[in-house]
Amino acid sequence: MSAECRTVVNVGPSHPSTHGVCRVLVELDGEIVRRAEPIIGYLHRGIEKMAENRSYLQVVPLTDRLDYVGSMYANWAYCRAVERLAGIRVPERAEYIRVIVCELQRIASHMMSIGSTGADTGAFTAFMYAFNQREQVVDLFEALSGSRLTYNYVRPGGVGADLPEGWVERCREFVAQHPAAMMEIDDLLFGNVICRARTKGIGVLTPHDAIGWGASGPVARGSGVDWDLRRDDPYSVYPRLDFTVPLGERGDCYDRGRVRLWECVESCRIVTQALDQLEPGPVQAEGLPRLLAPRPGDAYDHIESARGSLGVYLVSDGSVRPYRMHVRSPAFANLALLPMLAEGHTLSDLVVVLGSLDPVFGEVDR
Amino acid sequence: MAGVDEFARALEDTPGGGVVLTSIDAISNWARGHSLWIMPMGTACCAMELIAASFSRFDFDRHGSIPRPDPRHTDVMVVAGTITKKMAPSVKLLWEQMPEPKWCVAMGNCAVSGGIFHHDTYSVIRGVDEFLPVDVYIAGCPPRPESLQDGLLRLREKVRSESISPSRRRTVEGLLPLPGGEKR
Repeated sequence: MSAECRTVVNVGPSHPSTHGVCRVLVELDGEIVRRAEPIIGYLHRGIEKMAENRSYLQVVPLTDRLDYVGSMYANWAYCRAVERLAGIRVPERAEYIRVIVCELQRIASHMMSIGSTGADTGAFTAFMYAFNQREQVVDLFEALSGSRLTYNYVRPGGVGADLPEGWVERCREFVAQHPAAMMEIDDLLFGNVICRARTKGIGVLTPHDAIGWGASGPVARGSGVDWDLRRDDPYSVYPRLDFTVPLGERGDCYDRGRVRLWECVESCRIVTQALDQLEPGPVQAEGLPRLLAPRPGDAYDHIESARGSLGVYLVSDGSVRPYRMHVRSPAFANLALLPMLAEGHTLSDLVVVLGSLDPVFGEVDR
Repeated sequence: MAGVDEFARALEDTPGGGVVLTSIDAISNWARGHSLWIMPMGTACCAMELIAASFSRFDFDRHGSIPRPDPRHTDVMVVAGTITKKMAPSVKLLWEQMPEPKWCVAMGNCAVSGGIFHHDTYSVIRGVDEFLPVDVYIAGCPPRPESLQDGLLRLREKVRSESISPSRRRTVEGLLPLPGGEKR
């Protein structure tokens, strides 16, 4: 600490704007943040260790609790790793359903992020509008899996159950009205003078730093880094779908928020195409044993989650339980940017920067 | 609103009007039970349902349950989510900062018993009742907002059965030591 007078303030671990149980140790010079150090581990539940005592199928509910705003992603990333490890072929219909639910999940997750940007910048009404959209997605997922948050829907070899009757129509209804609703939220939030003043030029991330710090997802794309695993390392049926990857220019909080907003609109396009291409068929690989025991070896697979590239690394020793599971969490990598982005801004901007990184602490701490 | 309507109707029916005889307990419990402000101690997945509960679809404001992040403004702490050993001292500190009378709701299996994290893990506290006096337990992983609503209405019944008289007041006899603490 230098000669000038500095105040040390603790933000969190219970704070309405830390988006979970993050504690940030902030050194203040007046109101200006000189140093911000995120202290994590308040939600460390040992999921990776627990996975070593569960069979491959029993790990799926645990992955739900990693990124609890977007449970489908962790389900899918884990299942892809298992499928690669055990050499399982997934039926085409199941792949399409996975793409549909994950794009819907992207909308649900981004609604939370965009809404909380509104709450952080004093535009709480936008949060209410965003949550209305999220609730509709949650309803669709509830019809699929019976649960509102922890779905346990994507399973190794396919998905838990086929789409229920009338689901496709409900889904089409939702994606038809969603882009218009997004434009309304755009007006309410990013058209708001206060919100623009609070987010523009705040927490600027250069493309060089974004790549250097391993940022991914909307955080990297907000800085103009053109990297999206759906397009650049295509998996599942994404090569057959037509979509664009929205990019930001300046890399500030405003651009990161706008990228999320446009991703939701793109997700609607993807869902519509996937619903059009969906054909009847099995949704679960045939002849799959209840207890998977892959041959000794390891596998890594990653998908583009709402927060970035989410990877799962699995090691098998030939038994019915994973020898080791590791989760490459995009939220963890993105959170590491906080000290750099918050430095030099005011304390009230710290929560906006933290919100724009959109960390979920279940995934950061695991 | 039903309570207010009943109150107004009672006033109208009274000969002369404007004078109501009731016990202090009845009027204070009525006021307390209908303004249970929530301290949202949301740590994990259940916090999402807690947020959803206070938003326009489920709208807990109509029960008088407004989430306030400041413990000094609140009456009931809703512990929503897994409490780890690292988080527990903070939860305890926030509970101590809440003014009496106060109540605690354990929302979700993690707060009730550790839930899915009860076995095989080294960092999770098996239920928030190991160090807080819990009034209402709500099961579910996570519970639906309707379950939370049911829990809060049951808490209201409990609040209504209490008294402000010192001789009949419920006392919270100190906090239990933290799990793994020296006193244990």
